[in-house]
Parts: sequence; C-alpha cells; structure tokens
Amino acid sequence: MSFLPQRDLPLNLGLMPDREVLGPDAIAGAIEELASAVAQEHPAGQPLNVIGILTRGETLAARLRTLLAQRGVDVRRGVLDVTLYRDDLSEIGPRPMVRPTDLRLDVDGVPMLLVDDVIYTGRSIRAALEAITDFGRPAYIRLAVLVDRGGRELPIHPDYAGRLLQVPWEARVNVRLREDDDRDSVEIGSGTAAEAK
Amino acid sequence: MTSETAGNLTWTRPHLLGLEPLSTEEIRFLLDTADGFREVSTRSVKKVPALRGRVVVNAFFEDSTRTRNSFTLAAQRLSADVIEFGARGSSVSKGESLVDTVKTIEAMGVDVMVVRHAAAGAAELVAQNVECSVINAGDGAHEHPTQGLLDAYTIRQRLGRANNDFSGIHVLIVGDIANSRVARSNVHCLTKLGARVTVCGPATLCPASFRQFGVDVTHDLDSVIDGVDVVNMLRIQFERMKSAAFPSVREYTQLFGLTADRLKRAKPDVLVLHPGPMNRGVEIDSAIADGGQSGILQQVTNGLAVRMAVLYLVTQARQT
Repeated sequence: MSFLPQRDLPLNLGLMPDREVLGPDAIAGAIEELASAVAQEHPAGQPLNVIGILTRGETLAARLRTLLAQRGVDVRRGVLDVTLYRDDLSEIGPRPMVRPTDLRLDVDGVPMLLVDDVIYTGRSIRAALEAITDFGRPAYIRLAVLVDRGGRELPIHPDYAGRLLQVPWEARVNVRLREDDDRDSVEIGSGTAAEAK
Repeated sequence: MTSETAGNLTWTRPHLLGLEPLSTEEIRFLLDTADGFREVSTRSVKKVPALRGRVVVNAFFEDSTRTRNSFTLAAQRLSADVIEFGARGSSVSKGESLVDTVKTIEAMGVDVMVVRHAAAGAAELVAQNVECSVINAGDGAHEHPTQGLLDAYTIRQRLGRANNDFSGIHVLIVGDIANSRVARSNVHCLTKLGARVTVCGPATLCPASFRQFGVDVTHDLDSVIDGVDVVNMLRIQFERMKSAAFPSVREYTQLFGLTADRLKRAKPDVLVLHPGPMNRGVEIDSAIADGGQSGILQQVTNGLAVRMAVLYLVTQARQT
C-alpha cells in the first residue's frame, strides 16, 4: 500500500475540533481569482457552459456565472447530479439524494467549465465526465474547484483551483456556502473524508 | 430544495412490499428521488449506469402489460439486465409452488425481483424466501405501491406540491374500492402526505370498513364531486368480481361514471386520474380521459420515474 501517496500517514484527528481555514473574505477572494483566470482564457462574447455539480458545486457555479457575466463572458447555466454515475456508492455512507440534472443547453462544440467545491479522489469528476458524454461532445471541458485537497485516486486534475490545502487523507474538508449553510467557511475536521465527499 | 425536504433520511429498505408500513418521511424521500429520475427520460441518451451489471426479473404471475413494460423500461434506463418471467408456459402451469418457482429464478443470480400475483401477501411471502430485493407490482387486492406513488407524484406535479405537503388537497377515489389494491396504496400514501381522502362506490364494492384507514366513505358520487381537487377513477375489474356487485354496467355508469355532466359540477381545475386500462364509456367518458383535466398519460410517464427510483433505492439498500 506504500504506493498510495498520503495514505501511509495515519493521523488520529479524533479529538480535534473543526478548524476554519478559509473565512468569507478568503472565499470571496478565491472565487474572484477563479473568475479572472477563467475569463482570461475565455474571450468576451464567446459562449461558455458553466456546469455546477450538485449541491455546493452548483452554488459555487452560480457565483462564478455572475462574475463571468460581469466580465463579458456569454455564460450558459447547467446543473449536474452525478450520483447515478458514481462507482463508490456503497463507500460514501448514506445514499445521497438523486436530484434533477438540468443540461438543457447546447453541449456539442461549446466549451464547458465544470465546477465543484472540493476535489479529493477525483471520482465525482470522473462520474461527471461520464454523465456529460451522455449529453454531447463539448469543444473541451475545464475544471474549476474552490479547494484542491489532494489525495487523488484517478489521473484527474483541476485547471483552476481557488486554494490548495494540505490535509491528511482521513481529514474531512467541509465547504459551507451561505446559500446552503448560512455562512461562507471552509473547515478541516475529523471524521471520515468519505462523508464529506 | 429537495435535499432539505429529504432531511437526513437514509433509505434502508431492501424491499418495497407496500406503502402502509412506510413512514411519511420515506414516502417523501421516494417522491423526491423520483423527481431526480424524471429528467433521465428527457435526454437523448435515456440511460444512466446506476444498475449496470445488475439483474432485474419481472416475475408476473398475473396478466399485465403496462406495469410490466414500465418496470422493464425503468430497469433498462438504469442499465440493468432484465429477465421476463411469465406464469404461462412455465412450470407454474405444471403445479410448481410460488416459493419453489421464485427460488429457482433467484438461483440464476438475480438482484431484484418484481412480483405480481393474484394472491394478497404473495410479494411478502417471496421476500421471506429469497435473498434478493423484492418489489411488489400488485398482490391481489392488497397493495400496488408503485401505482400509489406515481399517483401521488402526478398530484404533486399538477397541483404544485414539490414540498410533498398535501394538506388541503381532497382526493376522491371512485369505483371498486373493495377489490382494488390501487385504492389501498393510494389511501395509505395520500393520507400519510396529509391529503383528505374520500372513497366512493356502490355499497357492495365500497365497504364502510375503509374508515379504519382514516378516509371518508360515501356511496353518492354527486354529493361529493363538487368539493374535490382530484378524482381517481378506478377500473371496474370485471375479472375479479365473483358475483354481480351491481345490477348493470349501464346503471354503474349512471351512478358512478365520470361523465361530462358530472365533471361540470366539479371544480374547474379538478385533476382526473385513472390507473388504466380504461373501460371508456363505463367508469370514464372518452372525452374526459383525453381532455385537459386528465393526468392519465402523465401518470404513465411518471410511473417510469417512480419505478426507476424504487429499483435504484432497493438495490442500494441491499448493497450496504
């Protein structure tokens, strides 16, 4: 098992309280930076499908769409639930609710920006890529996340990451956004990481 | 937000045998999950990989086309493999017992068994004797849970109750209540969601004992038709009636059929449902069945989403 990076350092976090690593200002700043980076590569007036992965990914995508539209990008909205495409349903604890996907937009030949709150193993993004294939063939797909916490199990990496966090593999990274949780905060806590993702 | 109405409920039931044992939260969870699946049928590629590599068997010991096809398509849209088993031409006609038959089917490596049988309690008996998940697709006059769910889902959709709170909705179920598993599943489902339910039919087919389920019982359609929000017209099941329950079909239509005249006395936006197959001109006028107030085709469409949700949930529950 030694070939698995980060997994050979079991840290007992059982007694550690949740620790806030990003507050509202840092999160707002990170999202601004994401928007600027995306806008730099996507000229004003060009269409861009901005697809949020439910739930927090879509909340983040909604904020990004506003900022991108302000920068002149021709933003289109899509929402993706990847539950039915996951390969680890039995590992992620309580079965997540299946919610409606909404991809009623032109997918073929249009650039796509996929948005999620945290990237960890990469398995949700793999599921998202498979789901998107069922809807069409984008010109290309980029990935934007608020937090990259490492720990990948697949060769998938974000093109835009708001913040990199170095955390032990069993730690839980909680992204809270005020639309869903009444405040903006990124916390590191104990418990199984699988529950958070 | 569907995720919030679902709360933190975890679906743990490996079988769906009826709606009576379910909690209100479980029924809401099922309807919310069905809502998530509805979109799949609107895609150009109408398939998701959720049940890839799983085997669903339709074990129908009683005639059915629409429910069987609906389950087949639902399973296929989840990428499951489907085996069709019919009682005709099988060893059942040679006298094999139900338990022996389903155990034999299961030995082929089945994950979900969808069971329809003329005897009440058949699905439960099967569930007690197999390891796989069992979904009741109708057992005698007992329950038809996916029909109850799809009726509730259609009401939720047409009356705008995405929060699954049916309080203030008055549903009238008309017809052969005594012999109807659809009526029972509807009654359990709707009352748990907070709706007021009235059942109506000839005294021979609509026993007062239904009051124990928390519903009103009447034998006079005209006295209640004007106040209800939903009318669910059940099929007259000629095949289940052992003796004459009413004098004539013509008299039944006069007293309990949904005719144009009767519909005029109902609320202008009343929703008309029918589980099918319809006896046009008997329990429901042809023009009403095809009219703007009818939700009948929507029921069929929603049945697919509901069955996908149920297949998915029972499979996941057994996996963990």
